Amino acid sequence: MNIEIKHGRIIDPKNGVDRNTSLFIADGKVAGIGEAPASFTAEQTIDATGCIVCPGLIDLGARLNSIEAELAAAVAGGVTSVVVPPDVDPPLDEPELADRLVHRGKEIRKARVLPLGALTLGLNGERLSELAGLKKAGCVAFSQANKPVVDTEALLRAMEYAATFGFAVWLQPQDYWLSRNGIAHEGEVSSRLGLAGIPVAAETIAIATIVQLVRDTGCRVHLTRLSSAPGVALLAQAKAEGLPISFDIGVHHLLLTENDIGFFNPHARFSPPLRAQNDRLALSNAAASGLAAICSDHTPVAVDDKLLPFGEAKPGATGLEVLLPLTLKWAEAAHVSLSDALARITSAPAEVLGLESGQLAVGATADICIFDPEAIWQLTPDALKSRGKNSPWLGYLMTGKVKTTLVSGRSVYQS
Amino acid sequence: MYNPQLNKDGELTHLLSIEGLPQRILTQILDTAASFMEVSARDVKKVPLLRGKSVFNLFFENSTRTRTTFEIAAKRLSADVINLDINKSSASKGETLLDTIDNLCAMHANLFVVRHASSGAPYLIAEHLHKVGRDDIHVVNAGDGRHAHPTQGLLDMYTIRHYKKDFSQLRVAIVGDILHSRVARSDIHALTTLGVPEVRAIGPETLLPKHLDKLGVHVFHDMNEGLKDCDVVIMLRLQNERMTGALLPSAGEYFRHYGLTPQKLALAKPDAIVMHPGPMNRGVEIHSAVADGPQAVILPQVTFGIAVRMAVMSIVAGN
Repeated sequence: MNIEIKHGRIIDPKNGVDRNTSLFIADGKVAGIGEAPASFTAEQTIDATGCIVCPGLIDLGARLNSIEAELAAAVAGGVTSVVVPPDVDPPLDEPELADRLVHRGKEIRKARVLPLGALTLGLNGERLSELAGLKKAGCVAFSQANKPVVDTEALLRAMEYAATFGFAVWLQPQDYWLSRNGIAHEGEVSSRLGLAGIPVAAETIAIATIVQLVRDTGCRVHLTRLSSAPGVALLAQAKAEGLPISFDIGVHHLLLTENDIGFFNPHARFSPPLRAQNDRLALSNAAASGLAAICSDHTPVAVDDKLLPFGEAKPGATGLEVLLPLTLKWAEAAHVSLSDALARITSAPAEVLGLESGQLAVGATADICIFDPEAIWQLTPDALKSRGKNSPWLGYLMTGKVKTTLVSGRSVYQS
Repeated sequence: MYNPQLNKDGELTHLLSIEGLPQRILTQILDTAASFMEVSARDVKKVPLLRGKSVFNLFFENSTRTRTTFEIAAKRLSADVINLDINKSSASKGETLLDTIDNLCAMHANLFVVRHASSGAPYLIAEHLHKVGRDDIHVVNAGDGRHAHPTQGLLDMYTIRHYKKDFSQLRVAIVGDILHSRVARSDIHALTTLGVPEVRAIGPETLLPKHLDKLGVHVFHDMNEGLKDCDVVIMLRLQNERMTGALLPSAGEYFRHYGLTPQKLALAKPDAIVMHPGPMNRGVEIHSAVADGPQAVILPQVTFGIAVRMAVMSIVAGN
């Protein structure tokens, strides 16, 4: 179908486009910006007056506990591709499981599902999964979700094996021993509230180990959900050295700190934990300078699993539908341009994945998000399509609302 | 900042933590406790302040001693007391904490005394009561995880005031496992709120929480140095399980460095008092000669504890 998106402000960070014009779509692909391709007649017109038209968001981490609801949440949040960590039940450690997930995602016809295969069987950190088989079934890379590989030799072998085939390994840098008993950042707040602490060293030690193994194996590694200033510094150094390392930051970590725990607010429990203000600033600077991508780290948690004392509550927050407004909120506070902010959730994650998507060049797949950057809405449980109603922002006003989401030129969401 | 312990008139409605309470409320509790000391000396040890009210002792973690003192205090206020040992009932059947609370609300409870292994559990309960429109039910924290044990903190303050009269000239040392101690956290907040100019924490690095200085505490690793010229020495209990990991090599080495002996106590002021929240580990954190010596005020602490708990319960749930 031929579609014309009219009167919108088109922002395509990858190609440096930012102008008020029309976008033309034909056969599920971008067919033109500004001027229609020859003999183009629009069968459908979308009026994007007052809206921004940008590439569909690519989320580097979203858990899809109930896949139908969460994929609907994704497109309602302008997210057209979601990377799914392998810590589902059962873990994604067999090709058939990955195959089934991809197939189910296609059936639902909302956002694209990009699964991460389990690096080790059962995510137990010991025996390798059939990586090549998983890759063939559609896994985009391999990960332990947030389960560490305790045995360093197993990690070395996994990275060597992945490097053999040119597969990327995604790791959450968190030392098992230093994090296993902790529930909050080891700092002023955990000391005051009597919460067992997770020191920053839990992250830096893991990063130091991984960076050395990347140097030795040449394995392409992506580190997920950075939380500390010293962690960012180590990675900036590793990138400067030219190592094939990238990293992302959960959007909540750009905006919140340990102080948001307040009086034991279970919604401020995250893994890795929210850390101190200087850590948040370093993360914000890393995202601002383009060193890191931003993701939602969408983690739906049942209401009952949050109505517990802080240390017993499950970590994580709903994210797919707040990724865009929270990124905009961060950008405004951190004086980051709209185009740069959108790059962190479109072209930057595409680059991490080695995909051509995340842009609006002629010929690119028409995965598109159209949003009103001025629209204000209140975050309430009813406002979310996700089953995960858990958010530290409940009751807050969000600025920025998705109007229409297209996947391959097909409308998958309309507000 | 919103403080769930105070109502909109600034009065104490729950006692969850000493942190965030103004000096006037701490003083009000201590003064009220002083007036109750006389009640405990009477033949008929009762006042009718909580007559007809129900106090539920909710102990999600075992503690015979603290529960008993709350029970005595509630009975002296003429309340009906119901003891629930949750470990053995609902929790093991899978009922959630807040389900248990809802059930007890339906039984017309007026006050919950809560002991829980997780830091912050009493906050969750207080917030829930507010959410379900039961602001008429009060919560008193009887110890939550490592976080707070405010009535112990207050009885410690009562003891200090009893022996030292005035907080404004004191040097107070807290010795031992501060990291895992809810008593230490409550003592620190109470001491700084009441205007004690110098609060010291003494212990090995493994048993001290990070950033203690931010709480207004001077940290000492050498006990001989830390005890010098102190007016009050608060010893903390060292749990046996702390000796099994990498925190400490042995009880013997701990005692040599951080156990309170008559020799070490001699470094403090001659009229220094020695306190301990109990139960004591003789020969681990404290030498028997000190525990039974003339400077120890450990048993008076227990007596004061009843008056302080009466004061807290009558203030939050009275009238």
